[in-house]
Amino acid sequence: MSESKNIVRVSEVTKDFDLGKIVVKVLKGINLQIEAGKYISIMGPSGSGKSTLFNMIGGLDKPTSGKVFIDEVDIAQLDAYELAWLRCRKIGYIFQTFNLIPVMTALENITIPMTFAGISADDAAKRGMALLDQVGLGGRHSHRPSELSGGQQQRVAVARALANSPSIILADEPTGNLDLSTGEDIIKLLKNMSLERGVTVISATHDYKMLNVSDQVIWIRDGRIDKIQERDELDIRTGGLESAQ
Amino acid sequence: MSRLVALPLSKSLQMAYQSIRVRFFRSLVTTMSLVLAVAFLTFIQTGNDMASGLLHSGEPTMERNLSKAGYDINPETHVIESSAKQRWIVFLSLLTCVVGIINAQLMSVTERFREIGTLKCLGALDRFIVRIFVIEATLQGVTGGFAGALLGGGVGVLSTLIKFGLSSFAFIPWSTIGLTMFYAMCIGTVLSLVGVLYPAIVASRMQPVEAMRVEQ
Repeated sequence: MSESKNIVRVSEVTKDFDLGKIVVKVLKGINLQIEAGKYISIMGPSGSGKSTLFNMIGGLDKPTSGKVFIDEVDIAQLDAYELAWLRCRKIGYIFQTFNLIPVMTALENITIPMTFAGISADDAAKRGMALLDQVGLGGRHSHRPSELSGGQQQRVAVARALANSPSIILADEPTGNLDLSTGEDIIKLLKNMSLERGVTVISATHDYKMLNVSDQVIWIRDGRIDKIQERDELDIRTGGLESAQ
Repeated sequence: MSRLVALPLSKSLQMAYQSIRVRFFRSLVTTMSLVLAVAFLTFIQTGNDMASGLLHSGEPTMERNLSKAGYDINPETHVIESSAKQRWIVFLSLLTCVVGIINAQLMSVTERFREIGTLKCLGALDRFIVRIFVIEATLQGVTGGFAGALLGGGVGVLSTLIKFGLSSFAFIPWSTIGLTMFYAMCIGTVLSLVGVLYPAIVASRMQPVEAMRVEQ
């Protein structure tokens, strides 16, 4: 464990949203280090800034001040090509609303990131099918998102996130639009992927089911880090609700 | 340069085509407005072309008939003049064309902001997105423009034939009408591109999160 390196480092990040008359300070100086290969949950009530922090880590939005380092590279310094490369190869994204491309089939959705990465169509299709099998949707490759249930769509999204074997998976409320048991399935799937492939999973959530699988929980409150708990500090009882208070 | 992201042209063509095919009815609505605008433009122009053809037929009664039908003929040069009224009509038809097409394309891009944001998250460069939309708009522009030119030209020729009798068939200036249809088709395609370029560029330059946040 002592050898593990920080894959993500967030330094003094703030984010303001200018709403015209008022400026909303959503993040008020976040410092954070995330070790490679861990399963991290960013927890906090709605409006606490966890999704905003998630977007900053993923390079999907720019911080007002402060820096985000991925593999010790400041992502604000990257040009458009390098940023696209980072999003394509290094990070896999999973969203609350699945965000699959509606006109494409499950397999095509999984293979787009591979196409961007320059992998040939045949290899991409082969790998895509293997990923679909892995997430338990073997026979559904030719189905469009509208022909799949919410849980199945999220499985496709998980497979898509894994397409280019990224080192980080960012999941923003991955279970937010799913029912209890489907949500649990997705969490298990993410945990398994994290264990099998050594991927760092960072998920912004307020789903307490996540606590059971997290190596570390980062509590955000009102734009600041409230506390960081390691797995053994978490007081998980039935339902895992105790540490919520 | 190992840090490259790529989208082969064949793949972007396939994506554009697929998007039109799967969203067929939505594309049809966009294309229909293009068809109608181009048809209107072609119809007006074809009417003029036909009148010129008839005027040059040499039939003595024709000049009077054309005047009666509302065409302005210069009494000295015996040429159909593009009067202020004429120019106004062409201008209006162009305006309808521009507004109709740009509106339709703007709507169809705005509907897909989330998709654009998602593609950017997956590693698409700004120009991949613009390219996909440009290919789509070109396909729609050419098809819609062609259909519109045929429709407008056809109706234009037919209405003149009905007005001036079947005998005028011999004086139809086919090549001029063909050229008119070709121009109208080009105008339709260019406008379709203009309509799609602006929102596509704006969307592709957004941070992915902003694009995905836009209300659908």
